[in-house]
Amino acid sequence: MCTGCLVLFVNVSAPATIEDVERRLRERRYIGDRALGTSIFLALKLQKPLFIEGEAGVGKTEAAKVMADVLGARLIRLQCYEGIDLAHAVYEWNYPRQLLHIRLMGEGQDRRAAEREIFSSEFLLRRPLLDAIDNDDATPPVLLIDEIDRSDEEFEAFLLELLSDFQVSIPEIGTIKARQVPFVVITSNRTREVHDALKRRCLYHWIDYPDLDKEVEIVRARAPEAADGLAREVAALVQGLRGMDLYKVPGVAETLDWAHSLAALGATRIDANLVNATMGAALKYQEDLERVREQVPALVEKAQRA
Amino acid sequence: MPEPRPDLLPRLGAFARLLHDAGLEAGPRRLTDATRALGLIDLKQHDDFRNSLRAVFVSRKEDIPTFEAAFDIFWAPPDPRASAGMMPGRNRPLPLSPERAQAWSNALGLNASQMNRENEAEFPASSSGYSARRLLEQAPWRVAERRTRRLRPSGSGRVDLRRSARHAIRSSGELMTLFRRKPRVRRRPLVLICDVSGSMERYSRLLMIFAHAIARREDLEAFVFSTRLTRITRLLRHRDLDRALDLVSKGVHDFSGGTRIGDALGDFNRHWARRVLGHGAVVIIVSDGWDRGDPSHLSAELVHLRRSAHRLIWLNPLLGSEGYEPLTRGMVAALPHCDDFLTAHNVQALDDLGRLLASLESRRKVR
Repeated sequence: MCTGCLVLFVNVSAPATIEDVERRLRERRYIGDRALGTSIFLALKLQKPLFIEGEAGVGKTEAAKVMADVLGARLIRLQCYEGIDLAHAVYEWNYPRQLLHIRLMGEGQDRRAAEREIFSSEFLLRRPLLDAIDNDDATPPVLLIDEIDRSDEEFEAFLLELLSDFQVSIPEIGTIKARQVPFVVITSNRTREVHDALKRRCLYHWIDYPDLDKEVEIVRARAPEAADGLAREVAALVQGLRGMDLYKVPGVAETLDWAHSLAALGATRIDANLVNATMGAALKYQEDLERVREQVPALVEKAQRA
Repeated sequence: MPEPRPDLLPRLGAFARLLHDAGLEAGPRRLTDATRALGLIDLKQHDDFRNSLRAVFVSRKEDIPTFEAAFDIFWAPPDPRASAGMMPGRNRPLPLSPERAQAWSNALGLNASQMNRENEAEFPASSSGYSARRLLEQAPWRVAERRTRRLRPSGSGRVDLRRSARHAIRSSGELMTLFRRKPRVRRRPLVLICDVSGSMERYSRLLMIFAHAIARREDLEAFVFSTRLTRITRLLRHRDLDRALDLVSKGVHDFSGGTRIGDALGDFNRHWARRVLGHGAVVIIVSDGWDRGDPSHLSAELVHLRRSAHRLIWLNPLLGSEGYEPLTRGMVAALPHCDDFLTAHNVQALDDLGRLLASLESRRKVR
């Protein structure tokens, strides 16, 4: 197949109403609620970053991915970690190539001209943030800054600057300003408090665990191989677990893992043995597993009635 | 797109002021955003209206209940049951100062108790106070440092190839100088979990002064508990000691109550540990170990807590008193799981704690 000539012209317009956002999310099997639809709609219209917080595994990152698809835009993802710096987030010079180039040029060349040459965009390694503001995309990309709570204060301060003017200055080249503002989604698991100044630039949305009916709907959409009865029972089981006193409460991602695992085993209903054998899909602490193990029969019975 | 009704904007301004008085950030920038947002939605959709204002004015989960209460009070249609305090969702109190609560209830035609949080038990007073604070503020110690993952240029350490190569370009590709870098160091965060139950009454004021003094210069997360756990980090940020102590005593609902240490630590482990125990935090529990709960519950929670903390220190104010043996059931359960067990009965003892904190090794204590 010739990938060069595979050009898809997809004409995707921005959503015009909150209903439109909700409908498009749903079409892509993302089951959100009206409040999330409203936040996304406003973030798009007001051109503000959307700051999404919630416990692990409630679908924060997925929301950004689906939004990229909704908008027909490219998703640019920056995964944060402690110590992330501009060289990993914005740009870096390709030093090995520069060194090689300067050696190949040989003696006698004008040093100034040589420097100009090697500090040109040809030798620039573009990292996600530079890519997000400087690109030729037909539709502004979706920039996902994932798990910002893992980065440190220095990086937050830099982001604050970037998000206020959408420009980056590279000393050797000059200031690069975004021709089009990307749709920015920032996620946080709240492992620490992100600075207020950064949050103030954003619209805020807290994603909670879904209620039973919504979670069943999510399982049906995302794990279609699970039988209807199984989908409901797994969702009800996880809802029961969330009411228990656990160190790590399972998120929706765990519900889906569990549904996938049970379906892979050919189960169409749950029973105590199956639950005991596959519980590791949802519970990740030894203490939690032990605590739940004692109550599996009661939990299963309750889930089957739900 | 329909323009918002003309009388909506002044109402929105008043709502922003109410949020501001209740402690939310509701400055001009947010008010502008809110105005623009309302121009984009169908105002007849009550939920969209509420969701939009929440997305603009709230920026942390803790503020959501305050927002909802303010929204209910301000925007809900007048309902006789509401002023009688019978409508669910409309009688949640707002964290307003008494004067502001009075002003708002007059303006909105409600009775003041719906606006204001009831006044809580006073903070137990004691004579040891300002001299202790001065001593603590002048104490010469700082919390020990840890190596971070962020690298800084330095004379020694690993070779920084990026900088070296960059320099080499200026000398036609010859590596003339090797630059180096090594991890930057930062002070370890401190997490203080204080028992303020009845048996600790004599010490709780001194402890709060201690917490306030530390909060001024270290990275501190502070919690108090007697029957339940309350986070007081934000309250302690107030520069003025008296004001901070006042905020703490208003914000904590069970000073001098009974003690359930195991429950309080369980609450901490489940809801706070992941948020405040990053970056090699040092955890200090201050309690006399008088516990009405189940000792095995307490040890299980301590085992869990110690796994996520760089160091787990237990301060016991009774340890300094003559003839005291740590024989309370709680203390017996806790002892094997703590890295250090120190006294905290006076300022000198707190200074000993300071010296320990300043000299923590970079490795965990062998357990």
